Amino acid sequence: MHRRLFLKSGACALVGSVGTPRFLVRTAGAATARRKVLVAVFQRGAVDGLSMVAPHGDPEYAAVRPGIALKPPRRGDSDLAVDLDGFFALHPALEPLGHLWSARALAVVHACGSPDVTRSHFDAQDYMESGTPGVKSTPDGWLSRAVETLPARRSTFRAIAVTRTLPRSLQGGGGALAIQSIDRFDVRAASPAPASGFESLYAQGARDLLHGTGRETFEAVRALKQSGAGRLAPANGADYPRGRFGDSLRQVAQLIRADVGLEIAFVESEGWDTHVGQGAEQGQLASRLRELGGGLAAFARDLGDRMSDVAVLTMSEFGRTVAENGNRGTDHGHATAMLVLGGGVRGGKVYGRWPGLAREQRFESRDLAVTTDFRALFAEVAGRHLGVAQPASLFPGWRDTAPALGLFV
Amino acid sequence: MTARSRAAALAIAVSAVIAAGIPASAQDDRAIVHLLARTTFGPRPGDVARVRELGAAAWLETQLHPERLDDTACDTALVPLATLRMSIPELLREYPRPDQRGREQMQREKRPERIVAELQAARMIRAVTSQRQLHEVMVDFWFNHFNVFAPKGAVRWYVTDYERTVVRPHALGRFPDLVRASARHPAMLFYLDNWISRAGRLNENYARELLELHTLGVDGGYTQTDVTEVARAFTGWGIERPQQDGWFVFRPRVHDYGEKIVLGHRLAAGRGQDDGERVLDLVTRHPATARFIATKLVRRFVSDTPPPALVAQIAEVFRRTDGDVKAMLRAIFASGEFTAADAERAKIKKPLEFVASAVRAIGGGVDARGGVQLARAAAEIGEPLYGAQPPTGWPDRAGAWVSAGTLLARMNFGLALAEGRVPGVRATVAGLVAGVDAADAAAVRDRLVGALLNGHVSAATRAVLDAHLTDPAITRLTADDRGPVRTDIEKVAALVLGSPEFQRR
Repeated sequence: MHRRLFLKSGACALVGSVGTPRFLVRTAGAATARRKVLVAVFQRGAVDGLSMVAPHGDPEYAAVRPGIALKPPRRGDSDLAVDLDGFFALHPALEPLGHLWSARALAVVHACGSPDVTRSHFDAQDYMESGTPGVKSTPDGWLSRAVETLPARRSTFRAIAVTRTLPRSLQGGGGALAIQSIDRFDVRAASPAPASGFESLYAQGARDLLHGTGRETFEAVRALKQSGAGRLAPANGADYPRGRFGDSLRQVAQLIRADVGLEIAFVESEGWDTHVGQGAEQGQLASRLRELGGGLAAFARDLGDRMSDVAVLTMSEFGRTVAENGNRGTDHGHATAMLVLGGGVRGGKVYGRWPGLAREQRFESRDLAVTTDFRALFAEVAGRHLGVAQPASLFPGWRDTAPALGLFV
Repeated sequence: MTARSRAAALAIAVSAVIAAGIPASAQDDRAIVHLLARTTFGPRPGDVARVRELGAAAWLETQLHPERLDDTACDTALVPLATLRMSIPELLREYPRPDQRGREQMQREKRPERIVAELQAARMIRAVTSQRQLHEVMVDFWFNHFNVFAPKGAVRWYVTDYERTVVRPHALGRFPDLVRASARHPAMLFYLDNWISRAGRLNENYARELLELHTLGVDGGYTQTDVTEVARAFTGWGIERPQQDGWFVFRPRVHDYGEKIVLGHRLAAGRGQDDGERVLDLVTRHPATARFIATKLVRRFVSDTPPPALVAQIAEVFRRTDGDVKAMLRAIFASGEFTAADAERAKIKKPLEFVASAVRAIGGGVDARGGVQLARAAAEIGEPLYGAQPPTGWPDRAGAWVSAGTLLARMNFGLALAEGRVPGVRATVAGLVAGVDAADAAAVRDRLVGALLNGHVSAATRAVLDAHLTDPAITRLTADDRGPVRTDIEKVAALVLGSPEFQRR
């Protein structure tokens, strides 16, 4: 069943257009031995899912957002939203992802979120990253637990966060490294002497966090140099947007292409807390989405064939109010939309039950209701893509009752 | 003997031991180094001798009364940072929010980002040069406890005043005063959204964090209903004209005048601003608050895993003194847990602490430009000042700070500092080895280890330093005729600053 559908989508991709990403064509013979890679993209600040993937077919949509609703898509008008299925449309700033949607490499899970009702960024991010809504005492993050359940493999670079310090998602026993910039990930000195000196300072001595991290660090520095990852220029003409987000994805692509053994990568995107003047087709939110879409599209292009082993999962702590507020912005809400992009993804479809935007359909009369628990999505990605054997166990206290979304071939 | 009298007796005994510390033995110096490591941003050259001369107990008392310490040098260094002295309305007027189009044309010096950059620079300058070190340590502690995030909306115009009028005056004062002052400051009202909370349209953000992070602690025994009731009590606590005035105002028209039940106490209907004041009374006197604050103080000054007996003792001091910070600190420093051998160097320096301590260790001075550079270094090592987004502030546990990228960043900062490549920071490590025969590697090593690590060095580290001092690749042969073989002191000093020992306090 899966295989038949998969071949069908493969065939579609083949006849698609010249713009079809080659990784889709290759997927049929994808080497199962190769490691799968999950790239988690956290949109910090709570993205407005109703603008990212706009339900223009919902009769309430335009009415409750007079100042910020996207206009319905119109064929051939690139200033407007990109129609997906007659009901949903991608924000026009996400147009660079359009060909991935057509090639069925991009899926959307809408009305996705946490069962916890908090509208605090801090708590909601914490819950999403620990994977335990409502429980703050969970010591580690869900991605760290995922690393720990995967078959042991020797690599310094199994799990990398392209952040200053390790995000909650990767804290724990998974041995993840936080490296903000692989270009600068070295001792900066005119001669090699200080580097070797620092290394020997941490080589012996106590088995404590400091020495352990020191040893890992220099192992990583060496492995990174040997891999030549930092010297890999973006391939296939990939053009990353300027800024931290584009840089982060570019570096993740370098690590994947250099075969350093990466299995889980974590990158962040900030600035989604659009309380005031969020804009519609243009404006504050559009410029954030342009960076997101441009970055993800460049990443897929850069990886080319290798994208068949990769899945990108976007997430955000919650969504925003259905109605716009008095400042042409939106306040903290509940469900949002999440994107899944990659080789094995059964894309070209918006997943999840649509709860509707009418007042009585909303959560607490104001927010998009959650119809897909984020843990169901994360578990499916971990299980079907990464091959985690009991993905529900990554989320302690969760009783997985809903049927699978069927996101992967 | 009650816990209270036992603590008092112990404090007296320890003070007596410290005060009577003549002749100055190595053991005394070790205790002094430990005291300095915890109560300052790291010892400067000569600090140990100064404390020895004054006596540890007497020195501690001077630190507990910062207003009696002359701080002219530090104040002078702060003079160029004009925004430090400006009021919120002045800052709003002088550094207006740029509109989208005008942004490019706007003079760099007039952008609101400058306010936070100056505040960051000031914090670094004070950490490095202020005589009032314990006060400065407590400013950092309380700022993180009552964190606000400068980049959030209007907070950037409020944060300077917040630190100046809320955190600094009460850092060694009484805990309830900190809670009260933060509760009505526009920076907190904005950061945790209380200013937009109104009857019937509650925002629970501040209420929740007041209970969870400022007072009772997450396990403090409050319920979701308490959070909602506290939020109702604070409706109307707002900000007057946020973009022009930015001061506290109580707005009766949006206050919820109904009856509230908070932590089992009934707040009668029909009261106004008094509801919030009453809540602040309740939470600052709650036994869970004493325990929570004691735990955090003990974690800061003793260990990442606070000894329960000491926490209980400090919580008792909190209850007895109505949250007197000085009294709690005195009890901590006099405790057996503080002076225990396993407490020494048990804490990993936060990035701010690491950067400041490195500059202090080499006897460095810093100007306004240097302050900006040091703040940038702290950010690269993981702690952008005033940039902690979550209301927890920057954490005070080793696990949060030790990562591959940031460890390298520490080493790189050590290198840049030792080699004199940090603009605006005046210091030469050569000065540390003045009078030592540069060709005598062991003498150079001993002097550097003495100056930068106060002699605390593992055998492994000593061996690495020795190897590098005699390694021809590290030993610089001076080609001119000025002298014989000279060791490369900067490189070895950098190794010390990047060593595991220097990451600890």
